Amino acid sequence: MHMNRREFLQLLAVAAASGMALDSKSALAGNAPASFYDVPRHGNVSFLHFTDCHAQLLPVWFREPNVNLGVGGALGKVPHLVGQNLLKHYGIKPGGAEAHAFTYLDFTEAARVYGKVGGFAHLKTLVDKMRAQRPGALLLDGGDTWQGSATSLWTNAQDMVDACIQLGVNVMTPHWESTFGAERVMEIVNKDFKKANIDFVAQNIVTNDFGDQVFQPYTMKEMGGVKVAVIGQAFPYTPIANPRHMVPDWSFGIRDDNMQKWVDDARANGAKVVIVLSHNGMDVDLKMASRVTGIDAIFGGHTHDGVPQPVPVKNAKGTTLVTNAGSNGKFLGVMDFDVRGGKVQSYKYRLLPVFSNLLPADPAMDAYIKKVRAPYEAKLSEKLAVTDDFLYRRGNFNGTWDQLLVDALMEVKGADAAFSPGFRWGTTLLPGDDITMERLMDQTAITYPQTTLTEMTGDRIKEIMEDVGDNLFHIDPYYQQGGDMVRVGGIEYTIAPNAPTGKRITNMTIKGKPVGPNKVYKVAGWAPVVEDVQGEPVWDVVASYLRDKKVIKGLKLNAPKIVGVGKTNPGVADYLGGAS
Amino acid sequence: MNALRRNVLKSAAGAGAVAVAVAAGLLKPTQAMAAWNKSAFEAKSVADAMNGLGVTSPADSKDITIKAPDIAENGAVVPVEVSTSIAGTTRIAIIAEKNGTPLVGNFNLPSGTEGFISTRIKMGQTSLVRAVVTAGGKTYTTAKEVKVTIGGCGG
Repeated sequence: MHMNRREFLQLLAVAAASGMALDSKSALAGNAPASFYDVPRHGNVSFLHFTDCHAQLLPVWFREPNVNLGVGGALGKVPHLVGQNLLKHYGIKPGGAEAHAFTYLDFTEAARVYGKVGGFAHLKTLVDKMRAQRPGALLLDGGDTWQGSATSLWTNAQDMVDACIQLGVNVMTPHWESTFGAERVMEIVNKDFKKANIDFVAQNIVTNDFGDQVFQPYTMKEMGGVKVAVIGQAFPYTPIANPRHMVPDWSFGIRDDNMQKWVDDARANGAKVVIVLSHNGMDVDLKMASRVTGIDAIFGGHTHDGVPQPVPVKNAKGTTLVTNAGSNGKFLGVMDFDVRGGKVQSYKYRLLPVFSNLLPADPAMDAYIKKVRAPYEAKLSEKLAVTDDFLYRRGNFNGTWDQLLVDALMEVKGADAAFSPGFRWGTTLLPGDDITMERLMDQTAITYPQTTLTEMTGDRIKEIMEDVGDNLFHIDPYYQQGGDMVRVGGIEYTIAPNAPTGKRITNMTIKGKPVGPNKVYKVAGWAPVVEDVQGEPVWDVVASYLRDKKVIKGLKLNAPKIVGVGKTNPGVADYLGGAS
Repeated sequence: MNALRRNVLKSAAGAGAVAVAVAAGLLKPTQAMAAWNKSAFEAKSVADAMNGLGVTSPADSKDITIKAPDIAENGAVVPVEVSTSIAGTTRIAIIAEKNGTPLVGNFNLPSGTEGFISTRIKMGQTSLVRAVVTAGGKTYTTAKEVKVTIGGCGG
C-alpha cells in the first residue's frame, strides 16, 4: 500500500486518538516488516559494531539533526545530509521505521508509534541474534561508552564496564573514557578487561616523553580460519576537547603515518582483513581512508552520524569502506565480508536501528541493569519539571535542551550571556514528558561539571566563538574536532561556515544590542578544561531552576542566521534561524 | 618495554642528564647550537628573522618534511620534527610565523649529518610553522599549519 507523508501522519493521529497502544508491537508491525531483523549472513567474516552509546543502559528517545553542514569537499556529501535529503540519497521510504531512525522528520509523532530506541537488554538480544548466524563474529565498541549517564558517573564507569563484558564486547577504543582519568582507564583495562579478554586498542595514544605506545595498537583474531586485525584509533583531540590534566602523560593526534605502519605490520603478520575501529569522526575517517592504504573498512563514531551504508573511498592501492554507526545505543552495525583467496571479495552492511519494542529484553542483562540502578532509583526518578516543549540537543547549533541549560545558567548566575559546550550526546524528550534528574544528567553527566561566571570583553566572546566555529567548520577535516558549535544564551549572531578562520561570526548582539569589542559582559558557562576550577555542578544549578519553573514551555532558540551555504544545501532543513 | 631506558635516564638525571651526555661526548654544544644570532632571534617579523639569518626568498621544496600536530595539545610544548633529503644540508631553522619573535630555533649541522632535527617549540597562537633549510649555499623552505585552540567544547 502506498502512503504519502500526510496520510501517514493522519493515520498516526487516528491511532493516537483511538487510544491504541502506540508502543505496542502490533502498531509497529504495520510499518516495519516482520522480517526487520532477519539479516542472513553473507560470506565468512563478520563484525558487529556499536559506538557512542553514552552509557545509556535503558531505551531512550534520540532525534537526529536537521542541521549538519558539510564544508569544502564535504558539502552535500554523506554524512552531511539531513531529513529528506538523506532518505532520497539512500532510497529509504519516508514514513517508515527506518526513516524515523535515520532522520528528525515528524519526530514526535513517529516516536510515539515506533517507541524508544536502544537499551542494553534489547541490544543484547540483537547482538545474540546476529551472532547465532555468525559464529565467531567480533563485537566492536567504538568508545564513548562509559560516559553520558548519571549511573556511569556515580559508579565511576563500572556499570558500563560490566554491561559491556556481559554484552560480549571483544575490542574497544576510547574517547570520553579518558575523562575518568588515566589511572582509572588503566585499572579497567588491566583488571576488568584483561579478565574478560577484551582488547583495548589505540595506535594513536603514546607517552608524552618517549612516544611509546600506551595500549596495544591492534589485536589479531582468527575467524573461520581467516586472520583479521582490528586497529584502534582513539579520539585524536582528547587532551584538547577534554581536560588535558586528566591524561597528563599521554599524547594523542591522528598519526596517520603510524596508522600506515601498523596496517603494514598487520598485513605482514598474515591479516587478510584489516579493520580500523575509529573515534576520529566521519570527516576525518574519510580523509584518512584516502591517505592510508590497506584498510578494508573503518568502523567510525564520534560524530554520531547514523549512516545507512558505507562510503567507499579510493586510495593509492585500493578502496576503504567508511561507516559511522550513530549514537545512544540506537544502532548496531553488521558487516559481513566474503573473504576468499586471501582477500575481501565482497561485503554486505546493515546499520540496524535498535527498536526496543521489536526486540525482547534479554532477561540476564535486564536483571543486571535493574540491580545496578537500584541504589540510585530514587535520585534518578526525581521529577524536576514537565516539558511542554520538545527537548533535543543534536544539530550544529542550539537545540532546545541546550537553550534550557543556557537560560537556566543566565538566570541563576545573573549573567548577560552563557556558553554551553557543543556536545553531540544527550537524549531527547517529547512534549509532555517529565524532566527527571536522570534526563537532566543525560545532558550534563561529566567529571568536570563546574559552572563558572566570567567577565569577558566582546572581543573575547567573539574569539571563543570563532575558535569553536573553526573546530567545526575548518575546511581541512584534520583540523576539526567533531563537536557541534558552542551553544549560546543571549547571543544572536550570523555565521558563515565557509568563511576563513576568524572571519565567520558577524552581527553579534547581546540582549538585542550590538556587542561592544571592549565592553565587559558577565558570561556563565560550565565544563572548564583547566584544572582546579571551583563552581557548583551544572546539574544542581539547572535542577534548582527546573524545580522553580515546574513547567518548561516557549523556549526561544538562539539559532544563528547561517549565510554563504546556499539555499538548497542538503545539510540543513526546517531551520528556524534561516539559511542562505 | 622501555624500563631500562627510563632507569638509565633517571639515574643520569641525578647527575644532570645533559652534563652526562656532554661528558660522554654525545653532545657538543658548539655543534648542536649555532652561535647566538641576536638580530635573527630578536626579530619581530618573519622577514626580519630571515634577514637576520641571511636568507632571501628561499625556494619551496617538497624534499623537506615537517612533522607536527595539526592541532597542538599544549601550545607551550609543541613537538616539531624537520627532516630533509636535500644533499649537503648544513642548517635547519624553524620559524613560528605568528610568534612575537618568530625564529624559534636555528640548528647548524656539520657536513655528513643526517638532515633531521626534533625539538619542542612554544606557540602563542595558530600559525604556519616554517622550516628553512640551507644546503650547498642555497635555501629551501616548506611550512605546515599548527592550530592552537582554546580547547573544550568537543565531543
